[in-house]
Amino acid sequence: MQVLYGRHHVRVFRFGLRLVRDEQIAEDLISEVFLDVWRQAGKFEGRSAVSTWLLAITRFKALSALRRRKDVELDDEAANAIEDDSDDPEVTAQKKDTSQALRKCLSVLSPEHREIVDLVYYHEKSVEEVAEIVGIPENTVKTRLFYARKKLAELLKSAGVERGWP
Amino acid sequence: MMAMKKILEQEPSEIEMLLPWHATGTLNARDAKRVEDALASDPDLARQYAAIQEEYAETIGLNESLGAPSARAMTKLFAAIDGEPARKASMSLNITSRFSGFFARLSPRTLAWSASFGALALLLQAGVIGAVLMKNQPASFETASLSTDGPITRSLGPEAPRALVRFAPDARVADINALLDNYQASIVDAHGGMFRLQFGTRAMSKEDIATLMNKLKGEKIVNLAVATP
Repeated sequence: MQVLYGRHHVRVFRFGLRLVRDEQIAEDLISEVFLDVWRQAGKFEGRSAVSTWLLAITRFKALSALRRRKDVELDDEAANAIEDDSDDPEVTAQKKDTSQALRKCLSVLSPEHREIVDLVYYHEKSVEEVAEIVGIPENTVKTRLFYARKKLAELLKSAGVERGWP
Repeated sequence: MMAMKKILEQEPSEIEMLLPWHATGTLNARDAKRVEDALASDPDLARQYAAIQEEYAETIGLNESLGAPSARAMTKLFAAIDGEPARKASMSLNITSRFSGFFARLSPRTLAWSASFGALALLLQAGVIGAVLMKNQPASFETASLSTDGPITRSLGPEAPRALVRFAPDARVADINALLDNYQASIVDAHGGMFRLQFGTRAMSKEDIATLMNKLKGEKIVNLAVATP
């Protein structure tokens, strides 16, 4: 268990943290996830990578934690905030920094879009693995990421960053 | 009719939707070839792919900046596991009783034959393992045990800069070795197709790291380079 924990806990923590946005809750999540793994080790059939299995459990636990907190509407506020920022001189200076703007916009995507972007870009999961983790058909995985990227482009545009797409 | 045309124009093509997975190198060979062919002939798609590579790099950068959990999470987990001996004990008891029940049902003759076959199998297995070990024995080895004494997270002191790097698919080992030598870099970790490189042994200023990353991104065999903590 120590080896498994040592190898995967940081990525599990980061995935959870991006979903629940609270370090304390994300830390509690990893304990819960690995405890579940310890309890259910016999159920792991080895058909998917261990990391895929761990991320699926993390996602389930994170969504339960979010439901308990019932503050998902905060995401809409955060999304609006980026548009409101546009007149702030400090942010105007930041606009020049595409990298910083991109990170900021990645942070305000909806939880649905955030998780798919993270699973593909950071956790480097294939279409099939994302479908397994999120529990949606493979075609939905592809379209969801496309629209997440489109939303990202819109947010960037409203923050004054043009990238030539879409 | 116009509205229909507009909707059709907005619908992404299959290739367009596969671009992010092409960037991360997780497509199968057939799809990767389809995407490569499309990229070579479609400048709009190539422009979109450039935007995807930016998103890819920044998503890694953002996630890497999130840090690691404190030791509290690990302490809590192992305390919880320690608090569950009853389930484990009952499970092992169950397994033991199943085993003893199974052997109790066997006749003494069957039991004697089974024991002989078991002993023979053990001897054979020991021989095979011994032969494999003798053949593959490196000069030295160390165990991969994990100590709970030390912290599982990294220290926060100044450290040599690190970056996540993806090499071009056609990069040769000799080219990668030359690059590592040029940058005085070493590979400290690998995940999927990404390598975590450490540059030298001394800490660098933010500006120096940015310059280093730009230089690295300009290398022909480097597809992606993102500074990480």
